[in-house]
Amino acid sequence: MRAAWPGGGKEVLDMPMLEVKDLHVHYGVIEAIKGISFEVEQGEVIALIGANGAGKTTTLHTITGLIRPTGGTILFEGRDITRTPGYKIVPMGMAHVPEGRRVFAQLTVLDNLMMGAYTRRDKDEIRETLAMVYERFPRLEERKTQMAGTLSGGEQQMLAMGRALMSRPSLILMDEPSMGLSPIFVNEIFDIIRQVSQSGTTVLLVEQNAKKALSIADRAYVLETGRISLAGDADELMNNEAVKKAYLGE
Amino acid sequence: MSFAAHLISGISLGSVYALIALGYTMVYGIAKMLNFAHGDVIMIGGYVVFVTVSGMGMNPLAGIVVSMAACTVLGVVIERVAYRPLRGASPLAVLITAIGVSYLLQNIALLAFGSDPKAFSNVVTLPNLELFDGQLVIKSVTVVTVAVSVVVMIGLTLFVKKTKIGRAMTAVSEDKGAAQLMGINVNGTIAVTFAIGSSLAALAGVLLCSAYPSLTPYTGSMPGIKAFVAAVFGGIGSIPGAFIGGILLGVIENLSKAYISSQLADAIVFSILIIVLLVKPTGLLGKQVQEKV
Ligand SMILES: Nc1ncnc2c1ncn2[C@@H]1O[C@H](COP(=O)(O)OP(=O)(O)O)[C@@H](O)[C@H]1O
Ligand SMILES: [Mg+2]
Repeated sequence: MRAAWPGGGKEVLDMPMLEVKDLHVHYGVIEAIKGISFEVEQGEVIALIGANGAGKTTTLHTITGLIRPTGGTILFEGRDITRTPGYKIVPMGMAHVPEGRRVFAQLTVLDNLMMGAYTRRDKDEIRETLAMVYERFPRLEERKTQMAGTLSGGEQQMLAMGRALMSRPSLILMDEPSMGLSPIFVNEIFDIIRQVSQSGTTVLLVEQNAKKALSIADRAYVLETGRISLAGDADELMNNEAVKKAYLGE
Repeated sequence: MSFAAHLISGISLGSVYALIALGYTMVYGIAKMLNFAHGDVIMIGGYVVFVTVSGMGMNPLAGIVVSMAACTVLGVVIERVAYRPLRGASPLAVLITAIGVSYLLQNIALLAFGSDPKAFSNVVTLPNLELFDGQLVIKSVTVVTVAVSVVVMIGLTLFVKKTKIGRAMTAVSEDKGAAQLMGINVNGTIAVTFAIGSSLAALAGVLLCSAYPSLTPYTGSMPGIKAFVAAVFGGIGSIPGAFIGGILLGVIENLSKAYISSQLADAIVFSILIIVLLVKPTGLLGKQVQEKV
């Protein structure tokens, strides 16, 4: 099976795409992640929700190698990546749209996108992916020669997503893509996440906007001060009283 | 004609500062650290040429290549052993380490070569340039020094802007974490930066010693500090800034020596730096630091 976009070339996996087992992460002596386990199956959209400071960003940073865990294992497509240097994880097929977007302000929009394809070699294929990214984000093409630092927040978010897609990931991690955006942009971003998922890329989505996240997710995990307090189908969680009270503001 | 002569020798000295400042600014721009041992790498570069050319009778060009290679390795080793373990440590710890490395290199040279100045033979053996019926003589080493620094400045600018690894350097300089998320080997990129900076230091060392042929373990110290001033003057992190800063510094220093006082020349140079920084804290071509949203 070959998905047309963007995580092409992946076989159907007979194992979870991502498997996190008993993960512990410390900042100095403080334990931010206290033994969490979860799985992401191929093709799913998984939401990781939780209050500010619950450990969502720490979890994503540990998966992509920006932080080293103090315990536990992380398997990506069955391969142990717990100790793999972060820069070697991208070419395995995992991309990360970081919290706060973190586009390269002093590079042009096009150069930012090309940074996303840094580990790829085939120029024709890169050009093809670029065309697909431009198709999905026409604004980025309009502004390709502009410095990324001059874009609006919503445009920067699109750039950060486009940049991640340039590596043709089979799994994409997104950290609060709707943070600080106007409602129109929030809807647009969630539409795009849905499209990315429909075209065959597995999505692990971290959000404080739990309502939106649960509306597009298949399953979700609720993180509370470093522990998973609830897990289940997104529909179920949406109707869960505790979740409603704590995260949906009902 | 003497003004022109002073100006030209200022540009020549400034070109050496520029070469050193380019190394400073590259390393600062990408690794965000001041490698105060950079000046001493120049001195090591000088000794390598002294040993290979004056001692072993090697062809000067071959000696320069050996010296650049040796300093490249030295720069990468210094980064690996002294600075990489401190990545993420406080800037003060890194600064103190850099000063330590600087003294270490000076003392190694002191042990190996002693403190008496070595007569360095000019490696630029081309004929001098005579203008206006010999009223104005431009030494060939001056011409070569200026040409080398211009070529290096343009080359580095193109390298950073146009090559993949150059753009990776810009990405690393802005945000190491985000760069790593692109699959960029951050440590490797920083090592390449040190390699480039140190090979330029070797080149600067050879040209410096050819113009001022006396080599001691402290030869790199003052030019190193002045080149750092030049880099800050031009806007630290900026490649054209380092070049312009270097040239200006050399010219100001030489004209001060010629027309005001040779004792006060350094004081004047540093006063100008202070004034520039008061008026424009980011230096002549420095970019305003952009806070990320
Ligand atoms: N660099 C850091 N150093 C020390 N503590 C940190 C650091 N980053 C996050 N923390 C702490 O770890 C916990 C989890 O933070 P984070 O993963 O950012 O949460 P979330 O993304 O869910 O808001 C918080 O208590 C936070 O204060
Ligand atoms: Mg967070």
